[in-house]
Amino acid sequence: MNLRFEKVTMRYGQQCALDDFSLSIDDARCIALIGPSGGGKSTTLRLLAGLETPSSGSIQINGTEIGSSEPERLAYRKRTGVVFQAFNLFPHFDALTNVALPLEKVHGYSHSASIEKAETILEQFQLSEHRFKKPAELSGGQNQRVAIARALAPDPDTIFLDEPTSALDPEMTAEVLDAIERLIDAKKDLVIATHQMGFAKHAANQIALIAEGKLVETGPAAQVIEKPQSPRTQKFLRACLSF
Amino acid sequence: MTPRSLFFDDESASKPPSALARAASFAIALLALSLCLFAAFYVLQYEWNWSSVFRYKAKFLKGWLATLGISSISLIFSFLVGAIATLCYRSRFLPLKYLANIYVELIRGTPLLVQIYIFFYVIANAADIQNRYLVGICIMAIFSGAYISEILRAGIEGVGRSQLLSAKAIGFSEYQTFRYVIAPQALRSSLPALAGQTANLIKDSSLLSIIAISEFTLNAQEVNAFTYSSFESFFPLAIGYLALTLPIMRLSRILEKRLRFET
Repeated sequence: MNLRFEKVTMRYGQQCALDDFSLSIDDARCIALIGPSGGGKSTTLRLLAGLETPSSGSIQINGTEIGSSEPERLAYRKRTGVVFQAFNLFPHFDALTNVALPLEKVHGYSHSASIEKAETILEQFQLSEHRFKKPAELSGGQNQRVAIARALAPDPDTIFLDEPTSALDPEMTAEVLDAIERLIDAKKDLVIATHQMGFAKHAANQIALIAEGKLVETGPAAQVIEKPQSPRTQKFLRACLSF
Repeated sequence: MTPRSLFFDDESASKPPSALARAASFAIALLALSLCLFAAFYVLQYEWNWSSVFRYKAKFLKGWLATLGISSISLIFSFLVGAIATLCYRSRFLPLKYLANIYVELIRGTPLLVQIYIFFYVIANAADIQNRYLVGICIMAIFSGAYISEILRAGIEGVGRSQLLSAKAIGFSEYQTFRYVIAPQALRSSLPALAGQTANLIKDSSLLSIIAISEFTLNAQEVNAFTYSSFESFFPLAIGYLALTLPIMRLSRILEKRLRFET
């Protein structure tokens, strides 16, 4: 996967979430976005997922610009998957329907085919026994795995994960990171915003550190974590590793 | 028993009060209220005359059924009116949005009594609607529709932003987002308030008696006049309304509880 941000600025009212942000990454399977909360990771991810339009600048993924018209962006979103920090499953549907409904309504599967596919995917994530439960009846880790299954089910080109383990305890985090590795094994391109440095180091090819709306440092995962060049990165990593 | 425990729920209580304790407490509360009422009539030295009222039981039933019918049909139309007003309120076409806004504010800001007079003497006359019952149903539908519209709007606005983001990420169109994400959740969270509004509609329909619609209240007033009695027919009247509203309010409570459990 190739990513290119050129002079992207994103403002929410007075607040500037990304400030003249440029980033270029080539040939990566899994890209990890790290950095302090409120630094612009989530905004970067939402822009990449076509959920929001930048105030200015251009974003390319695999050589094509993310369109600026709504129909183009809707078409783009259908080819990508997103996993949110708070799972964002639909609380009025059971796990199976959460996965199957987009297949049927967005991706043109017949009702029975969508159920069949959803059951297969849930099986892969060891969620078969929970398929008729609603999100309120599932643990955080199970919910996040359902959300990952939902993102994976339509077979998207790229999956974006926005701090998928930040709301989870260590055991659930492990089970969700395990599920994310499954996505890597399934040869999906991933962009993940995370605070899990260990996971970022071993799973990602490329890491980008974003802070205060700017790109601080980017490079191969091992290099950024072990030999950070910028003092800002060194400070951030020291804080991450000191406790 | 401390002064504090009189008005605050004791959250540390190990077990809820037993069924017997609750039944006895309920009986005490009911008894206290009955005593007040009894004392009031004792002071008035009122001579009860139930037998003459009892003779008109068929008339009460007829009125009660009329109220039930008017309320039911009004309820259906008020949902329709309320849903349309809500859709208009969400419209991107501004005149439509303001139309819905003005409608809701006007209805909520004026007494039903005034609305009944204006609708009956001005609008219904101008539109040449002869059937009083039709007029009554129109008035109640328009009146209750404004409140239902507010309830639905609150329900829709209560659907979290994260849900909308999620629907967008999945690739749902605006229509699909409304159909599969917003509407079911908004309707579910609105149900207790909608049930409450249904009870209000039934009670408010009593005001239709002022334009001589032969519903429950008007029939009770007529019985009072026929029998030269002053109070007797008001008691069957109150009981008749309670028979409709109590189950609905109970349903509203149950829905509320279930909702709290689900989210």
